[in-house]
Formats: sequence, structure tokens, C-alpha cells
Amino acid sequence: MNERPLPVTEDELHAYIDGELPADRRGAVEAWLEAHQDDANRVAAWRAQIETIRARYGAIATEPIPARFDLDRLMRNGRSWRGWAAVAALAAFVVGGAAGWGIRDATSERPNGFQTFTLDAIDAHTLYTVEVRHPVEVPASEADHLVQWLSKRVGYQLRAPDLQRLGLKLVGGRLLPGPTGAAAFFMYENVSGERFTIYSARSNAPDTAMRYNVSGKCSAFYWVDGDVAYVVSGQADREQLSKVATAAYEQFDPRTRGNS
Amino acid sequence: MSAFRQGIEATIPALRRYARALTRDAEVADDLVQDTLVRALRSEHLFHGGDIRSWLYTILTNLNRNRLRSLARRPPLTVIGDDDAPDMAGPEAGSRDIERALASLVEDQRAALLLVVLEGLTYREVAEVQGVPIGTVMSRLARARAQIRAFLDDERPALRRVK
Repeated sequence: MNERPLPVTEDELHAYIDGELPADRRGAVEAWLEAHQDDANRVAAWRAQIETIRARYGAIATEPIPARFDLDRLMRNGRSWRGWAAVAALAAFVVGGAAGWGIRDATSERPNGFQTFTLDAIDAHTLYTVEVRHPVEVPASEADHLVQWLSKRVGYQLRAPDLQRLGLKLVGGRLLPGPTGAAAFFMYENVSGERFTIYSARSNAPDTAMRYNVSGKCSAFYWVDGDVAYVVSGQADREQLSKVATAAYEQFDPRTRGNS
Repeated sequence: MSAFRQGIEATIPALRRYARALTRDAEVADDLVQDTLVRALRSEHLFHGGDIRSWLYTILTNLNRNRLRSLARRPPLTVIGDDDAPDMAGPEAGSRDIERALASLVEDQRAALLLVVLEGLTYREVAEVQGVPIGTVMSRLARARAQIRAFLDDERPALRRVK
């Protein structure tokens, strides 16, 4: 009854480029675009977006699947939500005092060394670096005693790396509960008051290259050397933090560990 | 291996692609995929047939929303920077623009757009993944496209709302 075609809607333009347009509207849309330059420009821009997005991300689906996604292994180990759960736990901890540790303890399964260690270390970093009066248990003035005491408690020879080259001075250290028992914690600061911490404890995870993790404002580098895990945390950017981590790494040489 | 497990395994490459575009960070994306797989494996009893791919996209989309929510509880939020993606140099400068344009979108709009244009889901499937009517999917898509276009046009988020 109506000779004139129905006007084309914006929804139809989207459906047209997404292949969702009913076949009987195709001709009408194409005629519309011929006659309406603005809409033709929009459609061209949307198509260009699609091409750019596919060009940027499409190839990821053709990469070999990393071993971590082996389903048998995931069935056995899982990740048990510790990653995101720990972020929530950390928030609870900051807000509600000891509640955070309670949530943490409820997670008896600790499947992933990387996540566990870095999030524990970042928790400790976040908690203690804001302390003005009692950031550490043993101050740097008693550094020898500190290192000796912490080494005895963690069960391997530690050292407090010298980070003067990076403008970082030892503040002191603490003993902390760690994922596998005792954990040692060293704190450093520069003249502007930025603080970095080193967290170390025994680990049964295999040796790794340095890995990077972020939680809230804090980021951390983690590595395992021999049967010891280390985490260097700070609120710095990745590049700055990696300098601190590398300097610490060089001084935590396992070949010199246990010699004294 | 069961058909269920096979279906999951076959979807991993697409999940990684979607997660990467959604988070624009390789490590976060793969953590998200791993969490998605673990939840799916543990929830086989919740999967009552249908398209396993859509079901996995649904899990991943929800997990990412939860992740952003829990991060947002601790302001200010630090978004992980571009990692070691090797393609950031000269000739691919456009890829950086599209990342920033995607980053400027509201999460639900970003997910809707990526599910349609990158993952090839139909509007109906996206509606199921996001748990909203098709009309909502279409308006998310329209807003996402308008926002990206404005962003790329003048390199900053559009303040005007394109109807």
C-alpha cells in the first residue's frame, strides 16, 4: 500500500554492517546510504573500527595455547579465585583491621606461588609503609642483628641488599607470617619518602624468571631462586621498580647463600 | 575427553583474544581466562547444553566486571600499563589509538562491541551473555561506536552524546 520505502534507522545501519539485517531491507539501506552522505560516512567509520580492532587483537587467537591452560592441570590445581578474592581481602584488611587475615586463612588452598607471594607481600607493603612511627620492628641501626635474627627465623642466610646506588636507604625489617611459615621483610626509603619493600620466604615453587603483578596502587616483582621466593614491592612505575628488583636480585645470589 | 572438555578447550584461543581486548593487558587477560576455565570446569553441572562458547563468554564477562568492581573499592585505581606487546612501534601506531579508544568506553559497551565485532556473536547471543534485552545491546553498540569515532577524530573522549 505504501510506495515509499520505510526510512532507515540507526539500528538498521548497525545491523547492516554486523550482518544482522534481514535480507529484504538490504536494498533499502544501500539506497539510503547512496543518498545520505553523513550516514555513509558513519558506516565507513564503523567499518574502519572493526578492521582496526580485528587487526590489533585477531592474531591472539592464533597463538599457541600456553601450558598454563592445560585443562587437566587446571582441574587438579585451579586458581581458586585467590587472585581476585585477595584483592577483596586486602580491601577488607585495610578497612577492617584483622579481618583481612581471617579471610586469607579461610583459603586453605594456596595453589599459585606467584599470586600468593606477591599478594601477601603487597599486603605487607601496603600495611607497613604507611606507618610513620613503627614501620619496622628492628631499625637499620641494628642491621646486623636484624639480618641474623631474620635469617634464623626463615631458615636460610639472608642479607639486606645495599641499594644506595638507587638512592635507597634501609629503614629496617620485620618478621611476618608468610605462605610457607616465617617471612622476612625489609623496608627501604629514598629522600623523598618513597618506600620499597623486599619480602622473602621459603617456596616450593620451581625457579622462575621475574614476574610482575599489580594490586591496587602497588606493584611487585617476584622471582624464585633455589627454594626461596623474593618479592620486591613499591608504588613506583614498572621501570623504576624493576631497577630496584634487579639490584636486589643481583645481591641475593644463591651461591653466596648459606655460606655464612 | 568429554565433549564438554573439548568444547572448553576449543574456545581458549577466542577467550584469550576477547580477554586481551577487554582488559588490554596480557597478564590480566590470561589470569582472567584461567579463572574462567577453572570456574567452568568446576561448574559442569551448571551447564545444561546450549552453546558452550556463549557460556564461557558469559563467565569471563562477569568475572571481569567483578574484578573491576573489587579494584574500584580501593581508589585510586592503577591500571596496568601496556606491557611488552611488541607491536607498539611506528607502523602500528593505530593499534595504540584503538586501545586508548577502547579504554575510554564504559565496560558494558566495550564488552558488547567486542563480542560483536571481534568474537562474531550475534546480537541475540550478546544479549544472553550480558543478560539484557537485544535493544540494550544495540544501544551499547551504538554508543560504543560513536564514542570511539569521536575519540579517534579528536583524540579525546566526546563530551557530547551522540543520539
